[in-house]
Amino acid sequence: MLADRDRIFTNLYGFQDWGLKAAQARGDWDDTKALIARGQDAIIEEVKASGLRGRGGAGFPTGLKWSFMPKESRDGRPSFLVINADESEPGSCKDREIIRHDPHKLIEGALVAGFAMRARAAYIYIRGEYIREAETLQKAIDEAYAAGLIGKNASKSGYDFDVFMHRGAGAYICGEETAMIESLEGKKGQPRLKPPFPAGAGLYGCPTTVNNVESIAVVPTILRRGAAWFSSFGRENNKGTKLFQISGHVEKPCVVEEAMSIPFRELIEKHCGGIAGGWDNLLAVIPGGSSVPLVPAAQIMDAPMDFDGLKDVGSGLGTAAVIVMDKSTDIVRAISRISYFYKHESCGQCTPCREGTGWMWRMMERLRTGDAAIEEIDMLQQVTKQVEGHTICALGDAAAWPIQGLIKHFRPELERRIHEHNAQFAPEYGVAAE
Amino acid sequence: MPKVTVDGVEIEVPAGATVLQACELAGKEIPRFCYHERLSIAGNCRMCLVEVKPGPPKPQASCALPATDGQDIRTDSQMVKTAREGVMEFLLINHPLDCPICDQGGECDLQDQAVAYGRGGSRYDMNKRAVTEKYMGPLIKTVMTRCIHCTRCVRFSEEIAGVDEIGALYRGEDMQITTYLEQAAEHELSANVIDLCPVGALTSRPYAFEARPWELRKTLSIDVSDAVGANITLQSKGREVMRALPRINDDVNEEWLSDKGRFMVDGLGKRRLDKVFLRKKGGLKPATWEEAFAAVAKAKPGKAIAAIAGDMVDCETMFAAKALLKACGSGLLEGRQTGMDYDVSNLAAVAFNSTFAGIETADAVLIVGSHIRWEAPLVNVRLRKAVKRGAKVYIIGPRWDPTYPATFLGEDLSVLSKLPKDLVDAFKGAERPAIIMGGAALAKGALGAGLAAAEKLKVVRDGWNGFNVLHFSAARMGGLMLGYAQKGGMADIAAAKPKVVLSLGADEMDFEPFADALKVYIGHHGDKGAHAADIVLPAASFAEKDGTYVNTEGRVQFAEKAVFAPGDAREDWTILRALADALGVSVGFDSYAELQAAMIAEVPSLGEEGLADLGALPKADSKAKAEGAISAYPIKDFYLTNPIARASAVMQQCSAELLHGEELKEAAE
Repeated sequence: MLADRDRIFTNLYGFQDWGLKAAQARGDWDDTKALIARGQDAIIEEVKASGLRGRGGAGFPTGLKWSFMPKESRDGRPSFLVINADESEPGSCKDREIIRHDPHKLIEGALVAGFAMRARAAYIYIRGEYIREAETLQKAIDEAYAAGLIGKNASKSGYDFDVFMHRGAGAYICGEETAMIESLEGKKGQPRLKPPFPAGAGLYGCPTTVNNVESIAVVPTILRRGAAWFSSFGRENNKGTKLFQISGHVEKPCVVEEAMSIPFRELIEKHCGGIAGGWDNLLAVIPGGSSVPLVPAAQIMDAPMDFDGLKDVGSGLGTAAVIVMDKSTDIVRAISRISYFYKHESCGQCTPCREGTGWMWRMMERLRTGDAAIEEIDMLQQVTKQVEGHTICALGDAAAWPIQGLIKHFRPELERRIHEHNAQFAPEYGVAAE
Repeated sequence: MPKVTVDGVEIEVPAGATVLQACELAGKEIPRFCYHERLSIAGNCRMCLVEVKPGPPKPQASCALPATDGQDIRTDSQMVKTAREGVMEFLLINHPLDCPICDQGGECDLQDQAVAYGRGGSRYDMNKRAVTEKYMGPLIKTVMTRCIHCTRCVRFSEEIAGVDEIGALYRGEDMQITTYLEQAAEHELSANVIDLCPVGALTSRPYAFEARPWELRKTLSIDVSDAVGANITLQSKGREVMRALPRINDDVNEEWLSDKGRFMVDGLGKRRLDKVFLRKKGGLKPATWEEAFAAVAKAKPGKAIAAIAGDMVDCETMFAAKALLKACGSGLLEGRQTGMDYDVSNLAAVAFNSTFAGIETADAVLIVGSHIRWEAPLVNVRLRKAVKRGAKVYIIGPRWDPTYPATFLGEDLSVLSKLPKDLVDAFKGAERPAIIMGGAALAKGALGAGLAAAEKLKVVRDGWNGFNVLHFSAARMGGLMLGYAQKGGMADIAAAKPKVVLSLGADEMDFEPFADALKVYIGHHGDKGAHAADIVLPAASFAEKDGTYVNTEGRVQFAEKAVFAPGDAREDWTILRALADALGVSVGFDSYAELQAAMIAEVPSLGEEGLADLGALPKADSKAKAEGAISAYPIKDFYLTNPIARASAVMQQCSAELLHGEELKEAAE
């Protein structure tokens, strides 16, 4: 179990004030000038050495991502940092805790990361429904400006850096990095074609890096305590600490900072008071937010909770939003509901996702009641394959994976429902003879 | 020049080409819906998926993927086939499949590609999506349930037309293409989205349920609604022209056509002159050809005969009339009906020398007295492209909305001789500066001042002639080449007091000064000219005769006869030939071929399709000054500029609804 002294987010539960004074007392904004004085390359090297992988879901090494940004502007275009606070993945609720209880970690991280990638400003794109959080964040930004921590000559480092908050309008797709850029530009939030990648032409056509809130917020602490400290947690290639968000059928659902690679069983026992009804009652777990395939109880119980460990069981860490389902769960209905979510949130730009998500959801609804034929399970599987990998962004994949997971692990359940449903309408052979 | 391998064949492709273009170069057909050569790449239909190595182990959208050296592209693998079938199946699950009652049937990309690349059956048996009807104005009929969301129409109106008229609402399955608040699409090129729409979502409203494409005879023709000379195909069924569609010609109209050129064709069947008329006791009474010719002969014009060419006549008609007048000993020819009088001793000084394709590359443009959006919408599209590439545009004249940023320098023409500093600076720094003189400037006698300004701003350089005159009558350039321009213009014709005035479809002229003359109208529509005439000789419209037209660039183009003229109407040249007999003179030709040969002998450049060599600009008179203000542009109503358009119910509706809709609404209140 992660020791309290090793926690990065020391006010995760809001037991203390979020304001600047309290944040400074917790160590934020402590000689930020010195962090910046290390120079851009040194910061990027430190982050690379720490093994920090993006916390938004895809797990791309953060330091490497920053190093794609141009070292100098050849044509006068500025660079930008965009911070993805459009946390809309069902199950995920970590960025929200950071923003409402520890916003200064994020703002300081924005400055340091922005400096490292030579960005002119950071845009924090916050989910529209996060109304109180947006208020807090804006107040925190104002505090930081008033204290001279950001803005002209930020933290007296000689570097000019602005932080802007932009509120979304409640679309899940705007959490996709290029859709977020479109939305920031005032357009309809639809993902762009890649290439060009944002590091080449992003916000307003300028080099841009989009990072998750958590990835940015941990940076100052990594720099202060050293890459070696951060990489002392977790397995090779899955370093550091991580905010896990456990919801569903556990005794005490919670958001908790833990070391990467903690076994699932330990995570649940230590922080959540165990599975409701005991471990025998566990049915399945969606370990990384709604877009990753579910993992049945037997496989997840002792799996290490990290990128590679969950990949090995056919799923992914995603945002580490662990959705626990016990045996009282109607698993087909649960996945069907997720399908509805993706159908509702598809942007409608490209064909397979626009048409496929609706088809998959309707099919799932029929499978829920069993009003289908056995062959239609295979058809559904094919439809998910027709969507997966054929779309502009990853939403198509995200819509396909939960269903693929369901068919892979719970096909007998699907077939049982179909048989049961169709049996109602089967002719009773005795009747005809009468 | 990257080398790629397409289905095992190595080819070299131009740098910057996409994988889709590489496949096409290799002779492979790539199905597509959203991709269009003249629009930005959207990559949203996912129909053009191909397998590319190196790359991720999934099919790639070829339209958006740059071709790079060493790529191994497969268009025939199982992965590609499955991907295409999958996308096609998705496109069809919510498509109504109402082909039998869909106007796109027979020319539908979705239909064709479903046959070529689809699975042959659907596995989707649930309810299909239905989308409520959208209103897009009098020209575009919508059945949005058929929409496959390729966004070609959205991109067209945003990028080419330059107006944000069409967009998408909602998201996912519920995404709908519509105009803002379901207002009518008002842009002059709005109907091009009908051609762009790969399915039957946007179809032609006037042409709805009129014909199937395979029933139509296609004739190559030229649009005469303005002086751009857009290349069109007239599609006819029996004796009726059903519709006009643009043809691709990158030098002229790319592949667009103005709404007027496209939809005025229904006017070809309305208000037609199909009988000979003679004015008796104040009214026009039907008569025979013999009576009419006798009446002209009785006037004994001798030398006192004049010919006024209308805005839509072909060169052959004008030449035939010229030959007739010459035989009579007269040279009273004029085509500038509204009384314009500018120096035509050098034709290069009154032509669009940069060419349309060239004006796209201009980097500083001064427009003098031209509402280009109305006078030549397709040229405005080119200017918009130039501005997108960084050109600066200045306009002298009353304000209009050019769809691109432009600086208005006021209405006073005297600006021409004391140009503002930032304009001079912009032209100094420009590599391809251009001036465009419009009809309003010519009418004010600003041509000389324009030429002087052109010389001062050095718009003529090595390999670049930036001096342009933009006419808006299809017959104008041809008329000028054939000498239909008097020094002094119409006023001089009137002063010569001709006994007989031949009006060759001239409907914009003022007949008042010719009150004493015998006015013979040779034309096709019962418009202003026919009302004023003493004798009406029914003739053929542009669709009903072969003819040569010269656009404002000096580009000679040939149009073919699509249908026969109605009733007693004859092709114009035959009427003029018969008139020669009636007047007892000889014009020297008895057939159309002889007429053409004689015309080409006189003006050789009319015999060759393409840009005529009009020579170099004259030396400008540096003292030339322009004075006065341009109070208005000559075109008052874009949709009603010629007799065919005025006869067209569609154009009248457009005028009423799109231009005067607000007034009508107010009047109703």
